[in-house]
Amino acid sequence: MKSVIDILDLSVEELDALIATAEDIIANPAKYAEKCHGKKLATLFFEPSTRTRMSFEAAMYELGGNVLSMTDAASSSASKGESVADTAKVISCYADIIAMRHPKEGAALVAANNATIPVINAGDGGHCHPTQTLADLLTIWREKKRFSGLTVGLCGDLKFGRTVHSLINALSRYEDMHFVLISPTELKLPSYVKEESLKAKGIPYRQTTSLEEAMPELDVLYMTRVQKERFFNEEDYLRLKDSYILDPAKMNLGREDLIVMHPLPRVNEISVAVDKDPRACYFKQVLNGKYMRMALILKLLEEAAS
Amino acid sequence: MNIDSIHTGIVIDHITAGRSMRLYELLGLGSLHDVSVAIIQNAVSRKMGRKDIIKIDADIPVNFDVIGYVDPSATVNIIRDGQLVEKREIGMPETLRNVIRCKNPRCITSTEQELDHVFKLTDRRHEVYRCIYCETKAN
Repeated sequence: MKSVIDILDLSVEELDALIATAEDIIANPAKYAEKCHGKKLATLFFEPSTRTRMSFEAAMYELGGNVLSMTDAASSSASKGESVADTAKVISCYADIIAMRHPKEGAALVAANNATIPVINAGDGGHCHPTQTLADLLTIWREKKRFSGLTVGLCGDLKFGRTVHSLINALSRYEDMHFVLISPTELKLPSYVKEESLKAKGIPYRQTTSLEEAMPELDVLYMTRVQKERFFNEEDYLRLKDSYILDPAKMNLGREDLIVMHPLPRVNEISVAVDKDPRACYFKQVLNGKYMRMALILKLLEEAAS
Repeated sequence: MNIDSIHTGIVIDHITAGRSMRLYELLGLGSLHDVSVAIIQNAVSRKMGRKDIIKIDADIPVNFDVIGYVDPSATVNIIRDGQLVEKREIGMPETLRNVIRCKNPRCITSTEQELDHVFKLTDRRHEVYRCIYCETKAN
């Protein structure tokens, strides 16, 4: 039974096929409107995340399927002490596929090991969130039409940002990629990600603390939030916070064909004035997330049926 | 220093000097109250300079994965009736199941007590094992 816990559970060929399906869904939505008729998606959210849950549910409805939803762990059997393994076995009796978010790292793998239906990890603590990476990949593909020869800038909290680590893992499987890692020293990319995902594959990257300095060379700028609680003292935070706010002045330093992405929610790291810039792609990214979740649900249900 | 040779049992040889106590703990040898166990530290070795040796004076089941994890260069000699019947090179196991525990408090194994603690070898050159659930590095 194929489940998707980590973006690396999908081969490059599978990613290409998902992107092709998502493109076809966008071009011919009517063709997919009944594809999942009679099928049920269970959204098991052990911690709140309205947007990811809604994206999965919208995806299933647009495929003509139905949704069983658990939105509050406090009112579920988990609050009575049921294990993730047992929950997965029970829900397998009701639904055809599970999308699960859980605060503990590895919870989705435990569910997948025990369910008899496919499990999609919709976020397991700070560990993995593969469908966000699918949204990111479709956005890059639709805007750039290629995954090679790109210089990708990752900016902000590169230490704790799970979306950044997943995106690096996914993109590092393609040819001729370059990364520019833009962060305060306190929030640099962990050395194990650099060692295992970049150095081991000979992928060129450089680190900088200056967003302005990096802007002119980027094809893609992936912004993340620099959170106050990540700093040891407030002084450092106050000194650095504005350096990583993208505003129209910094956008002027970027290329005409730059694209700006963000996993959202944003707080103040991208000024609202940037939203009008045609290079801002973060709301397209949200929509792309729904299309990729549709493609993934379809793929996993088809594989489970065969 | 002389340690009696064993009649039937196990000799874990060529242990990198300093690693024998960790091996002793992880193999649970301290709980064998009716079996003689000798730990020889810093023995002179032609090949290694200094090495540790563990001699277990009984033919008990030994988890070879534990030995391979603590010291992949160690060798295991099985002795029966005073004769060497088997000599095994160990090497690093691909998977460790319930040998070590994940210490990440955010890992699902920290709250679901019935789960096996499983680690996979992710970097052979640097001897890195990671938890299959949260990918935290074993230490």
